[in-house]
Parts: sequence; C-alpha cells; structure tokens
Amino acid sequence: MEPFLVFPDPPPPLLVQTLDLAGYSWKAVANASVAAQLEPPDGWAGAVVAAEGDAEGAFVICRSLRRRDVPVQPVLVLVAGNQLADLELREDLFDDFCLTPFHPKELEARLRLLAWRAGRATGPEVVEYGDLVINLETYQAAVGGRPLDLTYMEHELLKFFATHPGKVFTRETLLSRVWGYEYYGGARTVDVHVRRLRAKLGDDHAGWIQTVRSVGYRFGQSRWGVGGSRSES
Amino acid sequence: MASMERQLEYVLRTVEERNVRFVRLWFTDVQGMLKSFAITPAELEDALEAGMEFDGSCIDGFSRIQEADMMARPDPGTFELIHMPGEEAPAARMFCDIYTPSGEPFDGDPRYVLKRTLEKARERGFTFYVSPEMEYFYFRSANEPIPLDQASYFDLTPSDEASELRKATILALENMGIPVQYSHHEIAPSQQEIDLRYTDALTMADNVMAFRLVVKEVAQSRGVYATFMPKPVAGWNGSAMHTHLSLFEGDVNAFHDAGDEYGLSTVAKGFIAGLIHHAKEITAVTNQWVNSYKRLIPGYEAPTYICWARNNRSALIRVPIPRRGESGSRVEYRAPDPACNPYLAFALLLAAGLRGIEKGYELPPEATNNIFEMTPEERMAEGIDSLPNSLFEALEVMERSDLVAEVLGEHVFDYFLRNKRLEWADYKAYVTPFEINRYLGVL
Repeated sequence: MEPFLVFPDPPPPLLVQTLDLAGYSWKAVANASVAAQLEPPDGWAGAVVAAEGDAEGAFVICRSLRRRDVPVQPVLVLVAGNQLADLELREDLFDDFCLTPFHPKELEARLRLLAWRAGRATGPEVVEYGDLVINLETYQAAVGGRPLDLTYMEHELLKFFATHPGKVFTRETLLSRVWGYEYYGGARTVDVHVRRLRAKLGDDHAGWIQTVRSVGYRFGQSRWGVGGSRSES
Repeated sequence: MASMERQLEYVLRTVEERNVRFVRLWFTDVQGMLKSFAITPAELEDALEAGMEFDGSCIDGFSRIQEADMMARPDPGTFELIHMPGEEAPAARMFCDIYTPSGEPFDGDPRYVLKRTLEKARERGFTFYVSPEMEYFYFRSANEPIPLDQASYFDLTPSDEASELRKATILALENMGIPVQYSHHEIAPSQQEIDLRYTDALTMADNVMAFRLVVKEVAQSRGVYATFMPKPVAGWNGSAMHTHLSLFEGDVNAFHDAGDEYGLSTVAKGFIAGLIHHAKEITAVTNQWVNSYKRLIPGYEAPTYICWARNNRSALIRVPIPRRGESGSRVEYRAPDPACNPYLAFALLLAAGLRGIEKGYELPPEATNNIFEMTPEERMAEGIDSLPNSLFEALEVMERSDLVAEVLGEHVFDYFLRNKRLEWADYKAYVTPFEINRYLGVL
C-alpha cells in the first residue's frame, strides 16, 4: 500500500484520525514541491486535500497532481459549505469531495468507493516494514515469516507504528490514536506496551521501536529514509 | 477504538488463523491457586459472549453446593498465545472473570475484588502501578529441599545450573509479554530473584499468576522443582515478594514532590501512613500461610517492625530515593511473600494506602537504625509496633478490621478466615520435629 498524499501539513486532526483508524498510510505535504520530493517510487495511492484553511494552496496542489503524465487519482477534496462555489470549473482537479465538518464514516466510504472505481483493492490489506508483514484483514503479524504472538493492543500499536515509520510520536499522541481518548490508563501504559512489543519482536528487531528522549517513540529509521513503508498492491 | 467488539474479533480471528486447538481459560481461587480449563475454538464465541458454565463448588472459596453453577467469562484483553513444548500449533490462554448464572460479578472472585478496589482509585483519578520482586527456590524435588548449588547473592559461576533455568524462564516470560527488569541469584543457596517491570495492578496480578506457572513449568521440564514456599529452609533467607507501589494521576507520578525533603508528595505520605496504620490487618492476606511467619523474623532481611525508612532494608516500607532528574517516586512494601494471592494482596495494599490519603493519617517519623537495637519496651515507648508473629495472630487482627472486611467483601472475608483458622488448627495439633528433638530426650 503506497501512502496517500495529505494536504496541508499538519493536516486537520480529525482527518488524521480517520485515515489512521481506517488503516491508510499517508504523508502530509505543505506544497507541491514537497509533494514531488516525498512522492514514493510507485506514486501516490491518492490524495486527500483539505481546502478549508488555504483554498488557493489546496487547488495548486490538486493541479500539480493532475497536470502530469500519469495523473494522481483518486483526489478527494474537503471543502466547507461556503466554498462549494470554488469547485466550479475545477471539476478536472478532483474525483470527489466531502463537506466539512465531515463525518469520518462518510469519508471512509467515499475513499473506498473511489478506490473501487479506480480499479484498485477495496482497501489496504497488508502493511510491510522491512521483513515485518501485518495482514490487516486477518490481524496476523509476522517477522521474517515467524508469526508474532500479540495481544490485541500490542497488535494495534504495532500496526500504528508500521503505518507511520520514521515519525516521532509522544506518548499522549499514541494513547489518543491507538487506545482512544476514552482510555484511562495514563501514558505509562504506552511504555508498558512498547516494552512488551519489543520483547515479542525479539532482540534483532526490538530496535525498530526507538525511545526518543524526552519526546516519545519512533518506529524505524529516519522519516522517509530507506526501509520505509512498502507495500503490495 | 479498543472496542470490545474488535477485541473479540481479534481473538476469534487469531484462534482461527493460528490454528489454535485449545483455549485455556484461567482463573484464581481465593487461596491464590491458578485454575484452568480448556475449551475448543468452536466453543469460544459463546464463551466470550456468555461465559462458560462450570461447577463452582469444586473450587476452594467459591460457591456452596446449593449455588454451584458459575460462569467463567474470558477477558479478551488478556488473550495470549502460549507454546507448549513439542506441540506445533500454539495454545491460547485468557484470564476469566467469574459471574453468577444471573450475570452478576461473583463476590468470591479475587479478580473482581481487585477490580472493585481499582475502581475506587480510578474515581479519585488515580492509576495504581505495581512492580513485584519475585523470589523462589530451585530444589532437586518437591520432597526435600536439596539445593542445586551453594552460590550466593549475584554470584556468577559457570556451573550455575540455576542460572540456565533462570535464563530459560525469562525467555518464556518475555514471549508471554511479561517483561523482566532484573534477575539474579539471591542470598541463599539455589534462591533466585526475578523482578517484573511495573504495570497496572490488574495486569500485574494476572502476570504473577502466569509467572508462578512459567517458573514451575520450566523447572519441571528440566527435572527440577521450583517453589514459592516462603521459608523452605530454617537458617536461610526466605522468599519475599517485595512490592513496589506507585499512584499516577494521568501522566504525573502522584507520589513525587521535588520540593520535599524526601521527594514525597502529600499523597505519598498519606499512602505510606495508611500502609503503616493497616499493616497488621492486611498481613494475614499478604502472608497467608503458617510458614509465612517463619520468614518474618529478625536477622534475615525480612521486615518485623512496622516502620518506614529510606535506606533500611529491614523496615517494612522502604522509600527508594529516585535518582536525580527522575520522578520515579515509589514505595516498596516488603512484607508480602510470593505465595500470596496477588489479587487480594494488591487490593488491600491499595485500599490501605487510599484510606491513609482519604483520612489524612499523619506519617510517623522515619525509622532510624537503632530501632533494631532497641528493646521491645523502648520500641513500645516510641510507638513502633510489630507485624503479627503467627498466622493465628494475623487472623485475630484481620477479623476486627473494617478495612479488610470492606475490601474483600463478606464472601471472601468469611471464607478466608474460616479456611485459615482450619489451617492453623491443623498446625497446632501437629507435633513438630523441633519438639521431638528438644523435649523427648530431656523431659
């Protein structure tokens, strides 16, 4: 699964949460030149462009994604009700749109539909990092073909890490994104689960999860370096 | 996101994908013994939704004959795969909560006793973290305490058969998701210590149950016997379960106050005062066997006097000084032994501490070294009490304790007292080798 391009950087929190929970990997970009730099070798899986804040910048991005030899698709635009007029005469720049504030389920459904129309898989199914493979449908994870014996929360945490390699997360972010805001346990819970996950990954791979002093944790090496999220489509 | 439904789906799917043929359902009786029964994957979905029926009258401290039916409902959050030696496909295990046939949580379930107490802490915004140091012995067999070695504290000898066992045990624990902090040879011959990394009290109580099983199974697989008996050999140190306790409010260690001389917050001081105030009442549970009291004697680093100190390892409560820049304030309660019921012990330690916070008990001054050189009269004058001398004494104090009655609930409280009184009566009626050796020839 190649990552989705998401604009702007940082994206609206609800958008981030929706994509994460649906299991999409994504990269946020601030402008078209960053988008060109960060583009994965096999191209973007699609784009979700939020136009509420910087409408002009949003459509510049859309244009740059479409005006190329192989246009990026699908492109979904998030617009506020009073921006609907901005969509006029720009129909070639996007495949669908969603009104903000959007409903997460609606966005998920639209992305699924777009993916189906584009003849792609119906959703992300496998996340890979190095020799780690996580099958999102069967909930099974394996390292070098060796199945990992994970509890539910360990599985969820590993899935989150593997879909965001190289990115540093605070304990609070992990807690809110993996456990959900309603979870009570406190950020120490994250440390406990990271230790358990490292133990289960084994000595050779425990280093995948790095402690970033006085910040939190990072999975994998540098932000977009070698060994980042790869995929099967 | 951690919704029950997705957790259930995860469990069902994993059992299917990994070709698990048996799912072991674990629960704990009032005495702290692990009970297990296995179900097939076909029964799993029903078990998760409704629970599995079993005959509670077979379990010590559960229901009386006339109300025998009980339901064991697995907690999907505790789902772990376990690998049995020589078997290709993994088995799975889950800890269960026990319910009555009408669907109410069962009062006799120690896990429920702890959950209830944790809920009280949660209402006040506290999360309770626990980290126990587990000590135990390896012997040649269960019949006689013959040690594997004559090594001692931190010894590193190539012939240390026990260290191989310990290594295999730690590997098995980590595979089960029970991270280990330290491990070393203890002071007595063949005595080991494995310290478990802190986690929330409910998970830790589950972990202690799994730990005892893993230690015994790994030993057994190599023809050795592992025991958590508190004092297996007179004249050697006994096995303790020193328990490190801390309360967090969100991400903040509620015990920490950088401005305080001891680095202790008002909450911490109240908590320690509560432990000191109620120490005698909870000892029957933290040290629940006749043999437990053979460990609690002077001269073997076991606590006997009810006091706290920063660096004195003979004090009941030790307050380790956090290193500079660390906010890891915690309290080490040194009385429990590893043969206790961890659910009940953690529940009472928490409740005693919370009571101290709630009632604003005053923290007595830190114990100085000379406490241990004082005469009993001098200690009495200083207001320093002792832990109960025997299971009998401990039960007498426990019976009068409102705190223990409230925390354990009527069912467990009554059963515990009845059961332990019987144990004491059996012991009292027994003529020990000590008496034969000392009296037969001279009286």
